[in-house]
Amino acid sequence: MASNQSLKRLLTWLVPVVVLLAVAPFVVDEFQALTLTYGMIFAIAALGFNLLLGYTGLLSFGHSAFFGGAAYAVAFMVKYLKIASMELFLTGSILANAFLSLLFGLVCVRYTRIFFGILTLALSQVLWSLAFKFFWVTGGTDGLRAPTPTLLGFSAGDDKMAFLTHQYYYYVLGVFLLVVVVMWVIVHSPFGKALQAIRDNETRAEFIGIRIRRYRLIAFVISGVFTGVAGALWAPLNGLASPDVLVWTFSGEIVFMTVLGGFRTFVGPIVGAIAFTYLKTYAVGFTTYWQFLLGTVLVVLILVLPTGIMGAVEQLRARVAKRAVT
Amino acid sequence: MGVFAIHILNALLYSSVLFLIAGGLSLIYGVMRILNLAHGNLYALGAFVTAWAIGLALNAGVPAGALFLLLPAGAIAAAATGALIERTLLRPFYRRPEEYQLLMTFGLLMILEDVIRFIWGPTPLTATSVYASLGSLEIGDARYPTYNVAIIGVGVLAAIFLWAFIYRTRFGVLLRATSQDKRMASALGVNVNRVYIQAFTLGCFMAGLGGAIVVPSQSAVLGMGVDALVLAFIVVVIGGLGSLEGALAGALVVGVVREVGITFFPEVELAVLYFIAAVVLLVRPAGLFGRA
Repeated sequence: MASNQSLKRLLTWLVPVVVLLAVAPFVVDEFQALTLTYGMIFAIAALGFNLLLGYTGLLSFGHSAFFGGAAYAVAFMVKYLKIASMELFLTGSILANAFLSLLFGLVCVRYTRIFFGILTLALSQVLWSLAFKFFWVTGGTDGLRAPTPTLLGFSAGDDKMAFLTHQYYYYVLGVFLLVVVVMWVIVHSPFGKALQAIRDNETRAEFIGIRIRRYRLIAFVISGVFTGVAGALWAPLNGLASPDVLVWTFSGEIVFMTVLGGFRTFVGPIVGAIAFTYLKTYAVGFTTYWQFLLGTVLVVLILVLPTGIMGAVEQLRARVAKRAVT
Repeated sequence: MGVFAIHILNALLYSSVLFLIAGGLSLIYGVMRILNLAHGNLYALGAFVTAWAIGLALNAGVPAGALFLLLPAGAIAAAATGALIERTLLRPFYRRPEEYQLLMTFGLLMILEDVIRFIWGPTPLTATSVYASLGSLEIGDARYPTYNVAIIGVGVLAAIFLWAFIYRTRFGVLLRATSQDKRMASALGVNVNRVYIQAFTLGCFMAGLGGAIVVPSQSAVLGMGVDALVLAFIVVVIGGLGSLEGALAGALVVGVVREVGITFFPEVELAVLYFIAAVVLLVRPAGLFGRA
């Protein structure tokens, strides 16, 4: 069974990584723990995004709408409903994002390739311009506050930093693992196989009776909801829902992470998101011209390593295995 | 009456600049099938180079009248940068899926943004002396800057030249042939690589020209490229990606809607533009003038 094999391969990756992630807050300092939390959150977003790029073959340049949309959904829940529970934040933003991505999806999945990209970009920019212009509702460029929530009923004590680097960290880790499992099940289900069939050959997929547009729409909604979960986790950690995560260049960053890790593999987006988070954190700390640094990394990556980190690892392993045989 | 005329002139002013940016973007896409995300940065580069050159000339004591000769500097700088980019970074990608080309230009966007910040710093550059030297016109009971009328003139001239270039010259024939069927053109002896670099350079030249003529009336600020790019997207989506007539029509639509929007519904002005773009895509997926 191919899927058993890939489950085995996933577990050989996942188990050591989970063990490392689980002990991390006791080993590394607070700054590292926070960076890792951000990394896991972006990994959730990239996993959601990759259901479209890697498995359905659609390059969205508008996923900031779902990430930022969820972040704002959380901030609105705080502002208007006085909610403080993370579980309610997640539920609310999942519902909001399901609606939003269905709305966007109905328009976007009529197109593929470059038009799909432009259309997702344009629609996400609508949200951004609304957040930007209706400043009395959204706070404009200042954004909206998203205070630290209660997790399963427990609220942050006096030491907010300890709360964020421990309780919140494990909460994010839990959601992250859940997302990995659910996404793994999705891409290995008959539905996931159908998506890959559509990606590889649209005409053939249609010929064997797959309703292409409906499958694409469902994939779009799932992808939007997953990315939204990441946005909902991000807002309280960042403390603020701001237009930075709604603007289209942030969508570009999500694409960047996924390509950095390798969009042809399941774990690629996870590796890419965590690597990108570290790369960006250190680049921003290192120089004002961090954009130049990241842009150069992206250009070099595409020139010499188009399959991303995971692709390079696979190649390396294949070479080692070949040498071992001969 | 005068106020109405000024609204029309403003709409045309905006359309002219947008046409230069979006026309270049559309030309590049039409010939090469590359959506250049860094296109807005070339527009910004044109603005910065021109403002910088004019600033230098002013310090050297060049009279205001001669400063106009410096306006093309930005366009030439953008064209040269474009030629370099095409040759080194885009050419290896023509056989690869278009996702990679899009990502490559996204990387270029990030790089160029910081290159501009590195060279000219975070403070805006201005070239208002050129703008002021022309004074203003009286239209009915209102006044309108003469320089803005000149921008409209440049936009119209650019459209005419481009039309003549593409429909009345040998180079235009090669360009159209490559755009319609690259392999057939290549089989008939067209040097496709050369057409590509020429088209890309021309597109970048237009973007740079847009930046260069706009900078005396506004100023060159960081981030102007990304803002312009997003508007240029709306223009090409409305007009049809790859069509110059479409870019012209789209630029007029966006120019008029924006002028009306700023007057009557400033909060949702951008949202209305995107909404129009979405409606056009739903009704005519290839845009008003696009080929399917």
